[in-house]
Amino acid sequence: MQRIGVFVCHCGTNIAATVDVKAVAETLKNESGVVFSTDYQYMCSESGQNIIKDAIKEHKLTGVVVCSCSPRMHEATFRKAVASVGLNPYMLEVANLREQCSWIHKDIATATEKAVILGRAAIAKVHLNAPLTAGESPVVKRALVIGGGIAGIQTALDIADAGFDVDIIEKEPTIGGKMAQIDKTFPTLDCAACILTPKMVEAAQNEKIHIHSFSEVADVKGFVGNFTVTIKKKARFVDETKCTGCGLCTEKCPMKKVPNEFNMNLDNRTAVYIPFAQAVPKVARIDPNYCLMLKNGKCGVCSKVCSVGAIDYKQQDKFIEERYGAIVVATGFNPIKLDKYDEFAYSLSPDVVTSLELERLMNAAGPNGGTLLRPSDKTHPHTIVFVQCVGSRCDDSKGKPYCSKICCMYTAKHAMLIREKYPDTEVYVFYIDVRTPGKNFDEFYRRAVEEYGVHYVKGMVGKVTPRTDGKLAVQASDLLSNEQLHIDADMVVLAAAIEPDKTARPLATMLTTQMDTNDFFTEAHPKLRPVESATAGIFLSGACQGPKDIPETVAQASAAAAKAIGLLCKNSITCNPCVAHSDELMCNGCSSCEKVCPYGAITYIDKEFRMPDRTTAIRRVASVNPAVCQGCGACTVACPSGAMDLNGFSNSQIMAEVDAICK
Amino acid sequence: MSNIKDAVLNSYGKNVRKCMKCGKCSATCPSYDEMEYHPHQFVSMVEKGDIETLMKSESIFKCLTCYACVERCPRNVEPARVIEAVRFAQLRKQGNNHLIPDMIPDMLDEDLPQQAIVTAFRKYAK
Amino acid sequence: MQVNEKKEFEPVIVAFCCNWCSYAGADLSGTNRLNYPTNVKIIRVPCSCRVNPMFILRAFQRGADGVIICGCHPGDCHYTSGNYFARRRMTLLFSMLDFIGIERDRTRVEWVSAAEGAKFAATMNEFTEAVKKLGPNRRLEDLRCRKQS
Repeated sequence: MQRIGVFVCHCGTNIAATVDVKAVAETLKNESGVVFSTDYQYMCSESGQNIIKDAIKEHKLTGVVVCSCSPRMHEATFRKAVASVGLNPYMLEVANLREQCSWIHKDIATATEKAVILGRAAIAKVHLNAPLTAGESPVVKRALVIGGGIAGIQTALDIADAGFDVDIIEKEPTIGGKMAQIDKTFPTLDCAACILTPKMVEAAQNEKIHIHSFSEVADVKGFVGNFTVTIKKKARFVDETKCTGCGLCTEKCPMKKVPNEFNMNLDNRTAVYIPFAQAVPKVARIDPNYCLMLKNGKCGVCSKVCSVGAIDYKQQDKFIEERYGAIVVATGFNPIKLDKYDEFAYSLSPDVVTSLELERLMNAAGPNGGTLLRPSDKTHPHTIVFVQCVGSRCDDSKGKPYCSKICCMYTAKHAMLIREKYPDTEVYVFYIDVRTPGKNFDEFYRRAVEEYGVHYVKGMVGKVTPRTDGKLAVQASDLLSNEQLHIDADMVVLAAAIEPDKTARPLATMLTTQMDTNDFFTEAHPKLRPVESATAGIFLSGACQGPKDIPETVAQASAAAAKAIGLLCKNSITCNPCVAHSDELMCNGCSSCEKVCPYGAITYIDKEFRMPDRTTAIRRVASVNPAVCQGCGACTVACPSGAMDLNGFSNSQIMAEVDAICK
Repeated sequence: MSNIKDAVLNSYGKNVRKCMKCGKCSATCPSYDEMEYHPHQFVSMVEKGDIETLMKSESIFKCLTCYACVERCPRNVEPARVIEAVRFAQLRKQGNNHLIPDMIPDMLDEDLPQQAIVTAFRKYAK
Repeated sequence: MQVNEKKEFEPVIVAFCCNWCSYAGADLSGTNRLNYPTNVKIIRVPCSCRVNPMFILRAFQRGADGVIICGCHPGDCHYTSGNYFARRRMTLLFSMLDFIGIERDRTRVEWVSAAEGAKFAATMNEFTEAVKKLGPNRRLEDLRCRKQS
């Protein structure tokens, strides 16, 4: 018989306001096996933990039930506390009285009744708990960073700095990501390339960092400390090891009318190309959709001009397998497609552009060499209208429900840059709210208004109509002066909402991490664990977790790196002891469990058994590798003879909980 | 007064509190200049319960029911439906139909789009 | 006893929630203070595939009026494929329960992610309502197990 102690937490008033904690403690005292029961203001506090420790010593407790917040919150805290006085940490159960009782119910009587039942269920479970010892598994001292934007680069640099090998997987032919496309950065207006390209070069030259450009994650297996990742190196038709990046092939390529995605399709590139001058690795790639040689076998100019013989038209996708201890996700964002917002005439007029297109139009390496010209007729625009919140802050059916966070600031930046370079240009910004929380952010926005004379109008653009004279008729509202405005604009710039990259969803499935309804990765705790995913060993960096500007992204990238380093520093990690085990006497070796195990943790061994007639027989029985088993329990249900059971969530324990609840 | 607000909100059937006051409805409205109260004001005045003023205003009949604001409202507040609800409240108060099917043949014009007739019923019939 | 009979029928509902998605979703509905009835009591399991059909039969035997199993959305299982097993097992079990006269509305499998606190609360409200309409489970309840009071 266990000697169980029950500890009911008030959690300030969080629990105590709707649950009569004293009554709960009093009622649970009468349960069988309970020898001690008390309540306290904050069980998780130092003095609260001491109450538990003292009670274990004083009453020789063999089991502990803490009625407090969710076990996802403080189970680890309490386990540590009981372990410190010599009780096995797995002899403790948490009854969730806060998230699943006091916070959702209003009536004190019924909430208290439910709290007692939840406490009973936990007591019933503890009765059947057995001490468990966690095994250890080694940590592979190598990290993987998925995504080579500023987030991925920063994470990789930090991990490499700590002395660990890091691989970066980037799906594009070069690392750099969105930041490489940006012209200037707020709030300092320094050039993005000037601060990014040194980092790209640093990543390329660091011998600890290995860049797999133009590659994708094909498969992920394993668990924290020991992931096995299959990387698909997509065929770029150029031998990476030979290409020197001289660019001669790109000059000679006859196929010159390929939309240049780096410049947001505002100009053209060749079929064999290097994305941009500072690309890392500076290696050409042949676009098979346009290359004449790959399409119809006639051309081959690039292979003729290449002095090192790097062109390889027969190159195939290659798969390599690598093992990692930690994985950092940095898949980033994209602006949304604007085909749902016809009112802004984005698909009708080339002079209606997104903000990222404007970045390219204003960039010195952009289609106009840094002079802002209208895409349609290459003349100077004199009136430019900016529209905020295009697709952000919408009802679910109309767009993204969240604020994209970066648009207010980059629009202020664009407006300021345009007014500075072309003072004869009138700039209107239509806003719903101007959101500028951040160091020096509001000052920056005020400067756009006060020093640069940007017209900020509280209201929204309702309709943009391209006119035959090339102007854009903009119809908008000015809510503060309560009038409708009609502006003849030369250009309209749309602050499109941002969304997670499309590759994030299948990646999350491979990594078995959680995502929210908008496909942003979910962090383990919204406040206290912002860079970890709920899956151990997987960390989050940058905009894949939520909209972020560059300073925030870099901060999060370094934080994710710190977490990954913390993991890689360890020689081994404690495994989850809640793993499956089979009762060899009951197992009949039918292989049902092996078939459902997603980790291949179950093998079969031939074991000698003494039979009732004193002979011995060799039988085939299942054996679970505790270092590989993750404790899902699929095998326990598949087992026809009931030989498989799961530590910590055994059949009898769950049945006891069911009984306690239904009684 | 609250029962008028309830009646209007009931026939409107959606949630005016979803409005984030962006003004896109008024930006897109083709009869903005004809109106004393504009679409975004309708939404906020109904929310505040200031419905009598709207019912007295001619603005409720200036709405073309073109549904541009319904189409473009990012929050699905659908201001034209708010206006329609206020208009119905007014029509019901006056108690008579301003358009019955028998009147249509005399008014029919070949160039008149069919949609206009439907819209007219929305606007003037009980 | 008489007072009790006059009371509205309060069903006993057992919810099996997987640790990674639905249990976290239930926590989130608590964090967001979304209400659902006290009838629902949650049992934490590592994965929806840990739910043995025996547990459900046991619950009905011991007087539960409804059982709901919540897991990660298909494709999002923390253990890659557990919820698929759960789906197959429960489809079979529920059709058998249906055959022996346990109404379909007493049993349910629902996918709730860690971000869907609102969905969790809505599902529990809806499910409790449905079970309330059906009245107490008399067919599978073992009267010998009933509380003596």
